[in-house]
Amino acid sequence: MTDTHGHQHEGEHDHPQLGFWRKYVFSTDHKVIGIQYLITAMAMAVIGGTLSLLMRLQLGWPHGSFPFLAKLMPKAFDNLGHMDPGFYLSLVTMHGTIMVFFLFTAVLTGGFGNFLIPLQIGARDMAFPFLNALSYWVFLCSCVVIFSALLVEGGAPLGGWTAYAPLSALPLIDPHQGTGMTLWITAIALFTASGLMGGLNYITTILTMRTKGLSMMRLPLTQWSLLITAVLGLLAFPVLLAAAILLVFDRVGGTSFFIPGGIIMGGKLIEHTGGHPLLWQHLFWFFGHPEVYIVILPAMGIASDILSTFCRKPIFSYKMMVYAMAAISGLSFIVWGHHMFVSGMSPFLGSVFTITTLLIAVPSAVKTFNWLGTVWGARIQFTSAGLFSIGFISLFVSGGLSGIFLGTSAADIQLQDTYFVVAHFHLVMAIAPLFAAYAGLYYWFPKMFGRFMNETAGKIHFWASFVGVYCVFFPMHILGIGGQMRRIYDPLNYNFLQPQQILNEFISMSAFFLAAAQILFLVNFFVSIWSGKRVTENNPWKATTLEWETPCPTGHGNFGPELPVVHRWAFDYSPPDAKEDFLPQTAPAVPAARQH
Amino acid sequence: MSVLSQLRRRGSILPPPPTNYDGGSGGSGGSFPLSRAYIATWILLTAIIMLFAGLSSAYIVLRGLPQWQNITVPRIVWANTLVLFASSVALEFARHAVRRNQPALVRQWMAISGILGIGFLAGQVVAWRQLVAAGVYLATTIHSSFFYVLTGVHALHLLGGLVGLGVVLQKAFANKLTAENHEPLKVAALYWHFMDVVWIYCFLLLLLA
Amino acid sequence: MADGKGPGRITTSGLAFGALMAILIVVSLWLFMAKPWWFPTLASVHGAEIDAVFTAVLIVTGIAFVVTQAVLGYFVARYGASGNEKADYWHDNPKGEFFLLTGTALILVVLVFMGQRVWLKYYFSDLPKNAVTVQVTAQQFSWFMHYPGADGKFGRTDLTLVGTSSPANQVGLDDNDPASKDDVVIERDMHVPVNRPVVVRLRSKDVIHSFNLPYQRVKQDAVPGLSIEVPFTPNVAGTYEIACAELCGNNHYKMRGTITVEASEADFEAWLKTKLSERTGD
Repeated sequence: MTDTHGHQHEGEHDHPQLGFWRKYVFSTDHKVIGIQYLITAMAMAVIGGTLSLLMRLQLGWPHGSFPFLAKLMPKAFDNLGHMDPGFYLSLVTMHGTIMVFFLFTAVLTGGFGNFLIPLQIGARDMAFPFLNALSYWVFLCSCVVIFSALLVEGGAPLGGWTAYAPLSALPLIDPHQGTGMTLWITAIALFTASGLMGGLNYITTILTMRTKGLSMMRLPLTQWSLLITAVLGLLAFPVLLAAAILLVFDRVGGTSFFIPGGIIMGGKLIEHTGGHPLLWQHLFWFFGHPEVYIVILPAMGIASDILSTFCRKPIFSYKMMVYAMAAISGLSFIVWGHHMFVSGMSPFLGSVFTITTLLIAVPSAVKTFNWLGTVWGARIQFTSAGLFSIGFISLFVSGGLSGIFLGTSAADIQLQDTYFVVAHFHLVMAIAPLFAAYAGLYYWFPKMFGRFMNETAGKIHFWASFVGVYCVFFPMHILGIGGQMRRIYDPLNYNFLQPQQILNEFISMSAFFLAAAQILFLVNFFVSIWSGKRVTENNPWKATTLEWETPCPTGHGNFGPELPVVHRWAFDYSPPDAKEDFLPQTAPAVPAARQH
Repeated sequence: MSVLSQLRRRGSILPPPPTNYDGGSGGSGGSFPLSRAYIATWILLTAIIMLFAGLSSAYIVLRGLPQWQNITVPRIVWANTLVLFASSVALEFARHAVRRNQPALVRQWMAISGILGIGFLAGQVVAWRQLVAAGVYLATTIHSSFFYVLTGVHALHLLGGLVGLGVVLQKAFANKLTAENHEPLKVAALYWHFMDVVWIYCFLLLLLA
Repeated sequence: MADGKGPGRITTSGLAFGALMAILIVVSLWLFMAKPWWFPTLASVHGAEIDAVFTAVLIVTGIAFVVTQAVLGYFVARYGASGNEKADYWHDNPKGEFFLLTGTALILVVLVFMGQRVWLKYYFSDLPKNAVTVQVTAQQFSWFMHYPGADGKFGRTDLTLVGTSSPANQVGLDDNDPASKDDVVIERDMHVPVNRPVVVRLRSKDVIHSFNLPYQRVKQDAVPGLSIEVPFTPNVAGTYEIACAELCGNNHYKMRGTITVEASEADFEAWLKTKLSERTGD
């Protein structure tokens, strides 16, 4: 029987004393790197979130005047305090870019991936610790570069995070598309390099460094999701890089990859000819669709594991969960055209992509059934982490179902480029992963810092956020049905949109409420690092996975002199034949029938 | 032992988890048929494949448009291709030599491979200059744009490979490569041959415009 | 630890979550059934089928939404931990999974067929013969509607002739072409007769825009370098708005136009005549 109430191991891996800088800043320890990613991503979240609040201010009160903001950002507002439309669009662009790449991909894959992979597979560190550290510092560089795009003279780019050509390929078409756009491309290229280094580490580590007894089908779902995501990133990001390379040449080299002949700029025909704007969209979305699964898959893995822990019940149908994730990721490469139904792409291709897109709904549905099956007959412990993992399910269902409308090409004609799309992708790609990330942060905080986050504040955070996200994003479906287009600075410019303006006001007010709840989380997080309740045992949540064999916080080298040996899968919660309501993965196998 | 015979014996390429951990030094620890460095190199190559897949799919799409205009690929590029192929062959001779414990030959063939690699890159630069002399620049036609971009991106990757070759050559001089363990050479050769294959692919694509 | 097979504990948190699910269901049912805000009123022939597809998907997803959120809320309310009971250990049900998987796939296949029928009909039908053809050119940040006039032939447009004065000049209309004599180019204001097919030939002068007629269920990106035909038949007279639905630059929000569906063919011809005389100065 394994001692799960372990005390601090003194058998920690012997290590020469490192100075402050090598230990906490330029560390090659995956745990430090993981925390660095998490905190950097949180900073990017604050920036990206602030941008969205400015957007909501404009959308809620399109003719509003904001003298206080005009004083802070004189170039973004006119002298009556009205926001500049170009500035509004650059907010849209940078909000999307920062959130998709520099928050979600970074926090889930970079933060949790780095922290958890060696711990959950029973290794002392990643396969290539130096490369790992390098990936963080390149990521940090990319954050600095993208932030600087907000500060340049012409302003940040205004073509959306999707940067469609030719708008993105013609630097002279608008000051925002000059230096700001160049910095955007540079940041994305750096981010891609960082991601590649990380993915290389993750795949090699998970494949080759699992501890004795840890077969692939005994891995926690978090690990499966991180492995599959790393493979997705490997296959998708380079295509974005290819598109970015061609875009750079169009912008500065005079080439015409994405620029057709016959474009009039400034009243004159420009010299480019021979390119095709849709080529950008195909390349971008070939990357872009797998990217959304790069965001949601680790979220699914983390939420599944945490759900199981706080339901005290094995995840329902673990094998199908793994197969479903693999199916989703494979299919993710053949659905990209559903972003292009009305783009001018061949309608025949449109039919093909409808079929593949609705196909990808099937494994997602399987996963949803399995989450419900996990809660059925559970014994739920309502910790903050547990609440967020439950909330994840509701949000994923809401967001996933609206995708069916958009995947059906005929219905998409009316909904494309409206707020229905905005509602869909926020729920499924931003909010559900956000809830999974919160679950992960509350859950692994003790392991990272040796303290608990404040549970009361955590619960307030959950309830306020859960109500808040539905208040913000559910009405957006209605806005989209009513026809409100995306990326519109002033919906009141259109008569047919005026009757539903009250929804915009409601959403904006809810957004401010939601933001306040996140501030509560940030305060809780940082204050708890220094003065949270101390953790006195290795495994406060009574969880099964290997990281809970280590002290809180885990020390350098992770495990004692002996690496753990695994005898069972990661989901032995409430096993009938044990005294406690869980058996950790290291608990020796029972000779009887139940083998996993 | 070759990967194929491992596959035949075990039925899978993934080994059972290791019994002895070597602390993440990146070597071929435990009972693995494949070293971490080798796996990592394949992962890197996968990413590079996707990069060139993206670029070449763009090429194929734009090739089909009516405004396409061909350029003549400079003849020296044929010679460059042969030089690159020869450098791969030389690297194979080096691998042969290391398996036979012939360190002098290893160093010799590696050096030849590197010199031929530099020769390829020099030849590519000559090709670019010939194009410029003929008035064919980056933006002249889409075909020329792709010529410069594809050869340029490939050359950058090959340059990286040359740096890697240099590092391995240095290890050879330090007598760090043995018949049993010459992982750095194996990995460098894998990357180098792969760049050769990518080049042939790009070259054919550009020729068959 | 008792090996309880008890019923689970109803907790405050569980009930609160269940209550929120109930509120979510009620509010969403109200929004989607009472429809306090809904689609712009339908004003085209093919639009009816598009709306029907939406409704079909709504029914399917609506049922799935209500059932799933309700089940989740119920389970969470019911199965709280009581401190001395274990949860159920079962975690597989291959038959149940297979049934749910194939059921979902079947429902989606049906939706695909329903949707594809409408999609293929819209895009692969022959263009109607008696259509009013209008060349619509999108630019930053306006729309130009070019009518061929009585001769039914569009005057030649040449991009090298494009200037910044009159609408005709802005689409590069070549006045030397005899077919241009009766052409009419108007900015932002499109008129068509009711109950007669319209074919828009959509093009762009600079970046990607999107020709969006919310009431007529029309949306098509205007891509520079392409000329795309967009057919529709307006069947309710009135004045409606045209919106740009693809981000095209800082004044994207100002790319508004109007489409007036005239109550009769005569009204439409009269309008065309007025516009022509405005252009030629008669």
